[in-house]
Amino acid sequence: MKRFIILLSIFCLIYQSNAQNKSDNQKISDLSIYNLPSKWTTQNSQDIEMKDLKGNVLVMVMIYTSCKAACPRLVADMRSIDEKIPADIKKNVKLVLVSIDPETDTPKRLKEFSIENKMEGEQWLFLRSSEKNTREFAAVLAVNYKKITPLDFSHSNIISVFNSNGELVHQQEGLNVDNEATIKSITEEAGKVNNQLK
Amino acid sequence: MKLFVKYLIVIMMSISIHLFAQTDTNMALISAGTYVPLYGNADKSPVSVSEFYIDKYPVTNEQFLLFVKSNSDFTKSSVKRLFAEKNYLYYWENDFDFGNYDKNAAVTNVSWFAANRYCECQGKRLPTMDEWEYVGMANENTSDARTKEEFNKYILSWYEQPKTYLNPVGSTFKNYWGVYDMHGLIWEWTADFNSIFLSGESRKDKDTDRLLFCGSGSVNASDLMDYAAFMRYAFRGSIKANYTTRNLGFRCAKDKENKTTTTNLK
Repeated sequence: MKRFIILLSIFCLIYQSNAQNKSDNQKISDLSIYNLPSKWTTQNSQDIEMKDLKGNVLVMVMIYTSCKAACPRLVADMRSIDEKIPADIKKNVKLVLVSIDPETDTPKRLKEFSIENKMEGEQWLFLRSSEKNTREFAAVLAVNYKKITPLDFSHSNIISVFNSNGELVHQQEGLNVDNEATIKSITEEAGKVNNQLK
Repeated sequence: MKLFVKYLIVIMMSISIHLFAQTDTNMALISAGTYVPLYGNADKSPVSVSEFYIDKYPVTNEQFLLFVKSNSDFTKSSVKRLFAEKNYLYYWENDFDFGNYDKNAAVTNVSWFAANRYCECQGKRLPTMDEWEYVGMANENTSDARTKEEFNKYILSWYEQPKTYLNPVGSTFKNYWGVYDMHGLIWEWTADFNSIFLSGESRKDKDTDRLLFCGSGSVNASDLMDYAAFMRYAFRGSIKANYTTRNLGFRCAKDKENKTTTTNLK
């Protein structure tokens, strides 16, 4: 029993030192989603981690593509945000749709969805991961979701804005709400990125 | 090289042997079954639970201390705020000292992320809400005691008792499955605590509104049963993954088949 605990501790230690090395390389703040170790796949079948998105302002929402009720409106809300982002900062913003139904939403399905919904520009990113990682990510966004039938999920309608360091700076809750505050927060944060680049 | 491989195999074997040994003594095997949860299930259809193992006791201060000693990113002083708010382990003296508190009392003031990582490091996982409730509906001698008035009264009287989190684990009753402290000691994290809708997001939570605001009606056994469970679901619905409170701890679970679980360990 003791030996087992010691062995496990060693494994945890090894894992720990790996994680430590990584975070030493780049300074990531305590509240940054770049601390999440989970791996994600994009609509283009690329494997990424959240920290690969560093330097971009992220506008994130959790959806599932077979959804008929709230998601089309959430997607419309995202598109409306996209349209209102000033041209000079657009390159610093990524609009990210994270699937809560990774089983159905394969990269292929996400790609089709992006085409159907005319979200093919570089700013659009669709992500899926394991059920466990998705649950964790929802926990970070304070998004609640539950599978209610094999086809449907009930979920909170929250659009979150992260600054270029991966820190949550704004959340818009509800459907079809006035997105002025959201745009303002995106513009501010993306403007900062522009200034850093100068 | 060959010697190294051999050595590795021996290590792996001893791990798995010990894993099983551990399973036998500290975890209880829960048989598969179906039940209708009181909340969190809009159409009141039965939920099925597969055979699984669950810890007989909540994780203690002493056990958690061992964990943080080898996981420095989850010590009181260095945990990231994304993963635990500032009251994380607040009653501990420092990173490696829980002070005068009972080493066998359940560890509390731990976030969901910390609980998750702890279980992962043991080769386990947090129980799902359905699993937890399935085990939690058992009393000493039946697997589903939810309609029994005594059982509900017991749970409700615990809600009124202060500071039960100070008691050592195992100080409440041993249930039908051989599991202790499901009620009467602390509240516990579940893997999918954030699947609860009691705040108006779900179209079908009207019933719970009625429960919330209609306290003056007559109270019968089924109301008591509803109320006891409602408290748990409402609590889960109100917390976030980096929250910590003094009465909230956890225990781990494990699938029956030792299928290779996909962890984040790289």
